[in-house]
Amino acid sequence: MGPRRPELSGGRPSDGRRSSWIAFASTLVVFGLLGTIIVNSPGWPEIQRSFLDAERFGDAWGDVVPAFLKNVQLALIAEGLVLVLALVLAVLRSLPGPAFFPFRVLATIYVDVFRAVPGVLIIFALGFGAPALRLPGLPNEPFFWAIVTLTLLYSAYVSEVYRAGIESVHPSQDAAARSLGLSRWQSLRYVVLPQAIRRVIPPLLNDFIGLQKDTVLVSFIGVVEIFRTAQIKQAASFNFTPYVAVAVVFLLVTIPLARFTDWLLARQARRGEALVGTSTSISGAR
Amino acid sequence: MTNERQREALRIDGLYKAFGRNEVLRGIDLTVTEHEVVCLIGSSGSGKSTLLRCINLIEPIDAGRIVVEGDEITARGVDVDRIRRRIGIVFQAFNLFPHMSVLANVTLAPRKALGRSRPDAEREATVLLERFGLADKRLAFPDQLSGGQQQRVAIVRALAMQPDLLLLDEVTSALDPELIAEVLDVIRELAAGGMTMVIATHEMGFARDIANRVCFLDAGRILEEGTPAEMFSNPRQERTRQFLQRVIDAGRL
Repeated sequence: MGPRRPELSGGRPSDGRRSSWIAFASTLVVFGLLGTIIVNSPGWPEIQRSFLDAERFGDAWGDVVPAFLKNVQLALIAEGLVLVLALVLAVLRSLPGPAFFPFRVLATIYVDVFRAVPGVLIIFALGFGAPALRLPGLPNEPFFWAIVTLTLLYSAYVSEVYRAGIESVHPSQDAAARSLGLSRWQSLRYVVLPQAIRRVIPPLLNDFIGLQKDTVLVSFIGVVEIFRTAQIKQAASFNFTPYVAVAVVFLLVTIPLARFTDWLLARQARRGEALVGTSTSISGAR
Repeated sequence: MTNERQREALRIDGLYKAFGRNEVLRGIDLTVTEHEVVCLIGSSGSGKSTLLRCINLIEPIDAGRIVVEGDEITARGVDVDRIRRRIGIVFQAFNLFPHMSVLANVTLAPRKALGRSRPDAEREATVLLERFGLADKRLAFPDQLSGGQQQRVAIVRALAMQPDLLLLDEVTSALDPELIAEVLDVIRELAAGGMTMVIATHEMGFARDIANRVCFLDAGRILEEGTPAEMFSNPRQERTRQFLQRVIDAGRL
């Protein structure tokens, strides 16, 4: 670490308190101004009635919160499957040698396709198309296909995260493991992956936040979860307040998770651990 | 088989290796007998490290053959992992596994590649660590150790596989001057114990002390080889003389 750069504003002790005051005052002015503009807009009473009805909010809250359990279920089951499938994909893609060429191609095509097509389309295609095949032994329930869809969709993203992690481990680590007589698989299992996964935990959490939000998309294929529940309430009353309730639920869950991810990242940076995308400190010598 | 041949630990015939268009090794012939210590000297880029990496099969070779204890290891279809277990290599940058304790670094390969039980592997590792003054560091992680300690752990990690042949690739080049001695002492002890070693080094004084034979590499060939006395006091080749003169001028001999 280099010497700390002196503060540009000088070093008087009262400066800290002074900047807090400035921040506070500035925030008050900006937010006050925004609030005034919105509240004084011509359509505000209408918006207030249809989006921010306190009574309807309380009523919707009692329905959307239990329905959110379905989203939690979807997110947790899918995430568990994603973590496994994505790792398999990432490992397949990083296998060297001509013998593994078809596996690399398959994994690459899979990742490309599922990342390129908008998630909603994949949800439609799998949610309506796959059950219509009436494959023997597979259930027709929307919940099952919702899990399948979310898993396939997010595995494509998460496998790229894993792959970045695997590639961030310097080749000299694999060389050291192989030179001791460990097999390719053993080197991956005991040396490369433990280091790779540790480094990608924050981006994995980011994708988990995304997955958790995208659970509302499977409402389109008939899973009655939080968004669908709010939709039903909205359709019955022509009032949009239930959607606001849904948004609040997600805010309450997602913001702490995002803060936790930031904290993990900051801790990694503080400890000087290699972040994905930066090179490691140990270099292989030729 | 003659007795002479059985004592041959390593033989390299006509080894060629290129990285793209860059021909790094251009016809290396080298024989190392058991318990012999051979030092490779030469300027950076002369091919010393690449030669060691080829012997360990980290780099595939383009032509030639490498025979270890009578087995051609560069033949098609050999079990690369089995060969590597018999040949230890220690790198300039240590390459310890940063997510594992010293003990785990040392026992990983014996356990996973040789199938030793954990108690056995740990007992043997502890004996080795004690022998090299690292017993109190068993549970430390690599980033808690000095460079010299890390390099000693790397040597112990290679020794834990009980290799027939140990390759040392400029193992002191990444170390602060005051840490070099402790690593060289370890290597001296190994030489005294009869370990067959091929050592790429910039430490000429050390090479003169420890080597049975010194090979001067220049532009991918072994230009000259001989006993340390011959090589350092009376080199035959002009290039060798120039190289040694530069080393002396730099104060490293």
